[in-house]
Amino acid sequence: MYQYIIRRILVFIPMLLALSIIVFGLAKAAPGDPFTGKILDPNVDPIVYEQQRAALGLDKSIPEQYLHWVSSVAKGNFGKSITYNGRSVESLIKERVKNTVYLGLFSLGITLIVAIPIGIYSARHPYSLLDYGATTFGFFGLAVPNFFFGLVAIYLLSINLGWFPAQGTVSSNSLSGFAEFTDRIHHMVLPGLTLGLAGTATYMRYMRSEVMDVLGSDYIRTAKAKGMSDRNVLYKHTLRNAMIPIITLMGFEFGALLGGAIITEQVFNFPGLGTLFIGSVVNRDYPVIMAIALLLGVAILVGNLLADIFYSIVDPRIRYD
Amino acid sequence: MSNQPVLDVNNLKTYFYLEKDVVAKAVDDISFSVYPGETVAIVGESGSGKSITALSIMQLINKPGKIVDGSILLNEQDLAVLKPRQMTSVRGNHIGMIFQEPMTALNPVFTIGSQMTETIRKHKKLSKKQAHEKAIELLRTVGIPRPEQIIHEYPHQLSGGMRQRVMIAIAISCEPELLIADEPTTALDVTIQAQILDLLLEMQKKYEMALLLITHDLGVVYEYTDRVMVMYGGQIVEQAPTKQLLKLTKHPYTQGLLSSLPNIDQDMERLGTIKGTVPPAYNFPKGCRFSTRCPFVMDRCKESNPALTELEKDHYVRCFLYDGGDKA
Repeated sequence: MYQYIIRRILVFIPMLLALSIIVFGLAKAAPGDPFTGKILDPNVDPIVYEQQRAALGLDKSIPEQYLHWVSSVAKGNFGKSITYNGRSVESLIKERVKNTVYLGLFSLGITLIVAIPIGIYSARHPYSLLDYGATTFGFFGLAVPNFFFGLVAIYLLSINLGWFPAQGTVSSNSLSGFAEFTDRIHHMVLPGLTLGLAGTATYMRYMRSEVMDVLGSDYIRTAKAKGMSDRNVLYKHTLRNAMIPIITLMGFEFGALLGGAIITEQVFNFPGLGTLFIGSVVNRDYPVIMAIALLLGVAILVGNLLADIFYSIVDPRIRYD
Repeated sequence: MSNQPVLDVNNLKTYFYLEKDVVAKAVDDISFSVYPGETVAIVGESGSGKSITALSIMQLINKPGKIVDGSILLNEQDLAVLKPRQMTSVRGNHIGMIFQEPMTALNPVFTIGSQMTETIRKHKKLSKKQAHEKAIELLRTVGIPRPEQIIHEYPHQLSGGMRQRVMIAIAISCEPELLIADEPTTALDVTIQAQILDLLLEMQKKYEMALLLITHDLGVVYEYTDRVMVMYGGQIVEQAPTKQLLKLTKHPYTQGLLSSLPNIDQDMERLGTIKGTVPPAYNFPKGCRFSTRCPFVMDRCKESNPALTELEKDHYVRCFLYDGGDKA
């Protein structure tokens, strides 16, 4: 098992290199650079801009720039942001990533709390009114784009009813302790609902088909024939088996935790990784773009690895060696 | 053999309501008894209602199926009127059941031990440790080598024959009065089949259980059972002590089944067959259910279904050839 994990982690290195080449290439393929489109002060000599470009290494060839970036990242140096007055990329990401992770966990929580009980109910009462209703609702959530749902939620629940704040993560920086906690949760409700309900359909349908499958299996009949109660059959014998693919799915979700909210963050002006990423793409802030892309790549790879590890924990038939 | 049956099934009807106006009469008015220590076989083709009979006794009929009529008396207690919760203390405790597919009949994510002890602890007041010891003892009884080790293993680590032994160990763990085995050897290798059947009979003797053996293998019936019921189209068409049924076969369907068996004493070019297939349970012919395939079919057979009649002592047949009367 440990050998397997180490082997998997070693494979990360070439994958991340390939990823970084693609992202770097795409970023460079976009026209312009960090100085494009800035209002150029007529009093500043264009030569100064050229000097600035040279200072950032932007006058070198693209492969040279890439190699320079890779070698400094290998030393653990992600460089400085071009647009944020030379702040280090690390401090920028550190500041934002917390918000995104909290939002991701919050929305995943909403997804699971809604999807799993409904999925189980639907499986036990297939083709019932609630089953059809939940399916319709689930696909509605899947079909409506996040930005649209977010805007409707802001319009109804924030502007018209005034129940929830429409943007940001906290009302005032002077809050602390429990008051700060509840205020932050309050701010997360709308983006959390937007993201969480969008993911509900997937989990619900998974849960429904898994539970239905397992309920019809031979070993459930055996459990009943042994005299196990309905509760025991459902919660022990059925769920333990039906949760296997769900837990695997949650491993994959780990990657989406960081990268899944880019558009929603934008709609709610939520200071997370997503807004930082879009801002840096617009401004051609190459060090930030590359660092975030790398981080998302690592998150997805680690998520897949976690999915495989979870899989072997919940299913004794799966063994890696 | 005592006079008091362990199991007494009367006029059992289990129907499946497939669609509006489409009712599959999977089990249609069958009655039989099983006495203590007796081995009774139910034989018939696929779709004749054997397994549904067994599942009806266990009260494990799922929607859209339903037991619509009849009583199932286990030691004079009617299982058909028990509440679902009361039934859980009958299953596994007073009736044990073994299924056809040992490969899928055990839960893949729990150890053998946990699947055994949960049954024991559900029905018997034993501590975890005592149940664990009892499970090891049972595994040893059913011929599992190294039971102390096997008890910690998962089903996928065992072979089909071993898994069926584990299933038997679970089924007999609470010493039931009745053991139902639904084609327990169909999915196993021929060499393993005899071992499993011998084990079943050995356990039956040891725990003094009645055994209801569902099979389509007449060789098994001949070797292992005291009494046979032949089912066709959800009904019993012939019932007799095994020796008598095989020697003095009455019903054309039973004769057909027997002629399809190879016989070492006779040189035959081809084995006999019964033409056609079992009619679907939602579309039985109007008269005798075997009339569509019977070589001796008469006009009368197409009009009405003969009743099950006692021709000789303990030998019942449902056929007009023996003038069973026109009652049913």
